[in-house]
Amino acid sequence: MAEASVVTGAAAARHEEQGFWGFTRAQAIAFLAMSAVVVVSPFLLYPVFLMKVLCFALFACAFNLLVGYVGLLSFGHAAYFGMGAYITGYAAKAWGVPPELAILMGGAIGAALGLPFGWLAIRRSGIYFSMITLALAQMVFFFCLQAPFTGGEDGIQAIPRGTLLGVFDLTADFTMYWLVAFIFLAGFLLIHRIVHSPFGQVMKAIRDNEPRATSLGYRVEQYKLMAFVLSAALAGIAGGTKALVFNIATLTDVRWTMSGEVVLMSLVGGLGTVFGPVVGAAVIVTMQNYLAEFGAWVLVIQGAIFIACVLAFRRGVVGEIGNALRVKL
Amino acid sequence: MGLEDLLFELQMAMPQVILGVINGAFYALLSLGLAVIFGMLNVINFAHGAQFMMGAFVAWMLLAYVGIGYWPALLLAPLIVGAVGVAMERLMISRLYKLDHLYGLLLTFGCALVIEGLFRNTFGSSGQRYAPPREFQALNLELGDFFLPGYRVWVLIAASTICLATWLVIERTKVGSYLRAATERPQLVQAFGINVPLMMTLTYGAGVALAAFAGVLAAPIYSVHPAMGANFIITVFAVVVIGGMGSIMGSIVTGFLLGFLQGLTEVVYPPFSQTVVFVIMAVVLLTRPAGLFGRA
Repeated sequence: MAEASVVTGAAAARHEEQGFWGFTRAQAIAFLAMSAVVVVSPFLLYPVFLMKVLCFALFACAFNLLVGYVGLLSFGHAAYFGMGAYITGYAAKAWGVPPELAILMGGAIGAALGLPFGWLAIRRSGIYFSMITLALAQMVFFFCLQAPFTGGEDGIQAIPRGTLLGVFDLTADFTMYWLVAFIFLAGFLLIHRIVHSPFGQVMKAIRDNEPRATSLGYRVEQYKLMAFVLSAALAGIAGGTKALVFNIATLTDVRWTMSGEVVLMSLVGGLGTVFGPVVGAAVIVTMQNYLAEFGAWVLVIQGAIFIACVLAFRRGVVGEIGNALRVKL
Repeated sequence: MGLEDLLFELQMAMPQVILGVINGAFYALLSLGLAVIFGMLNVINFAHGAQFMMGAFVAWMLLAYVGIGYWPALLLAPLIVGAVGVAMERLMISRLYKLDHLYGLLLTFGCALVIEGLFRNTFGSSGQRYAPPREFQALNLELGDFFLPGYRVWVLIAASTICLATWLVIERTKVGSYLRAATERPQLVQAFGINVPLMMTLTYGAGVALAAFAGVLAAPIYSVHPAMGANFIITVFAVVVIGGMGSIMGSIVTGFLLGFLQGLTEVVYPPFSQTVVFVIMAVVLLTRPAGLFGRA
C-alpha cells in the first residue's frame, strides 16, 4: 500500500548519462549557473545574508544526502549542526584555534556524534528512525543546556573569526564570504561525488530495495552508518561555519525546531534532488529574513508551507522544474 | 545504615518518585493515543503535543471566557479538540494513506507548528494559571512530613482509569475487535461491510481526544503555555520507541514505568533526569530493537 518511497517522485530519469564528476549535462549547466550566482551575488546583496544562505544550503545538502539517497529521514540533524557550532565557537574563542582548524573540529564533532547515534538509529527504519534521531538530538539539547562550556541560555558569544591560514583576516565580511563560498562549493561537490561513486550506487540500491541489496551481499548496515556519519560531519562543518559568520553559537542551533527547519528546506527544494536543498535553503532563509519582525507568525507560515508541500507539492521547487523539463536536477 | 535511616531516605525520595509517576501518567496517556492512531492509520501524530496543549488551553479558555469549570471542561475540551482532529484527518491526513508513512509525520509536524504558532500569537509565550477546583483538597494525602496535593492523587486515578478503559474498549468489545481487525487487514474488513475510512477518522479523533484529556488534566499542574506540548512530545516519542507500538497495554505500562524511573533519577542524580529516558531508549535499542512490547 505505502510502497512509494519519499524520493521516487523526484527521481524522474532512471538512466543517467555519467559525465564529468557524475554530472549529467543539465546538472553541469545548473552547477555552473549556481557557481556564477555564488560568485556574483556578494556584489549585489548583503554578504552576511548570503553567508547564512550558504551555511544552511550546505546543512540541507548534508541532510539530503541521508534522506534523498539512503531513504533515512533524520529528525535530529540539529544535534550535529549545533554541536559543530559550539565546538568551533569554543575552539576559536577559548583556545584561539585558527578558523580553518576550528571548522574542521566542528565537522569532527559532527562525525563523532553521528557514529554512535547512527549506529543506534539504523537499527530501526522508517518512522522509528525519525523518532530515534529526534530523541537522541533532544538528549544533546539537554546536554548543551547544562554543560558549562556552552554558556547555557546565553550561548557562546563574541566568537572571533580569526585569520585564515595566518594570511587572510576574516573580520571583513567580504573576505569571510569567499571562505564560506569555498566551503559550500567544496561540500556540495563532495556530496555529489559521494552520491555518484560506487558507494553511492549501493546507497541508492538500499534506498530502493533494501532486501535485494542485502541479498546481493552488501553489508547494508555499514553503508547506512557511513552515509550517516558523512552527513553528520558535513552538518557539523555547516554549523561551525555559521558560528564563525555570526560570532555566536546558541541553543537555537541544537533545538528540535532547527531539525525541523532543515527538513523543511529540503522538502521545499525537493527531497532527493541535487540542487533542491540549496534552493530550499535560499527560499526559507529569505522568508525568515522578511518575516523576522512578525514573531510567531514565522512558525505558522513554516508550518503552512510544510502542509502545502506534503499535500500538493511533494517534488519541491527543483523537482517540479526537473519534471517539467524532463531532466534530473 | 540502619532500618530507620533507610526509611528516612525513602521518605525523602517519595515526593520526587510520586512526581515522576504523575509524569508517567501523562506519558502513558499520550503514548497510548499515539499507539492507537499509529495502529490504525500508520501515521505518527507529531501534532499530538500541540493537541495536548490545545486541550489545556481550551479548558483555560472555557473558564476564563465562558465561566465553564473544570468538570465540564474535562469532557468538553476533549470533544472540541477531538472534533478539530476529525477535521484534520478528513481534510489532510486522509490524503496521505497511500504514500510513504514519513509524509504523515511531516504533515502533522507542519500542523504542530501552525497550532503552536497561532497560540503563541494569541496568548504570548508566558504561561496562564489554571487553578484546580477546591474539592480536591479533600483528597490531600498527609503521611508524616510527606504531603501529596489531592489534585495529583486525582490525576493518577483519572489517568489510570482512562488508560484501562481504552484498553478494555480495544481488547474486549466488539468495536474494539473491528478496530484490531482493521489494523491487521483493512481491505478484508472493508469487504465484510465495515466502513473502514470512517473508523480511521474516528480513531484519529479519539486519539486526539485522549491527548486533549491529558492536557486538561495537566492544566492545573503545569502552567498552560503554547510550548507545553512540544516539551512533552519528544520524550513521549522516546517512550514509544522503548515500548514499541505493538501493544496498547505495553504503551501504558512503559509510560508509567519511565515516569517512575525518571522520578528515581531525580532523587539519585538530578541533572540526569531529563536525559534518562533517552539513555534507556538507547539501551533498549541495543538489546531489543523492536521495543519492550513490540513485534519486529
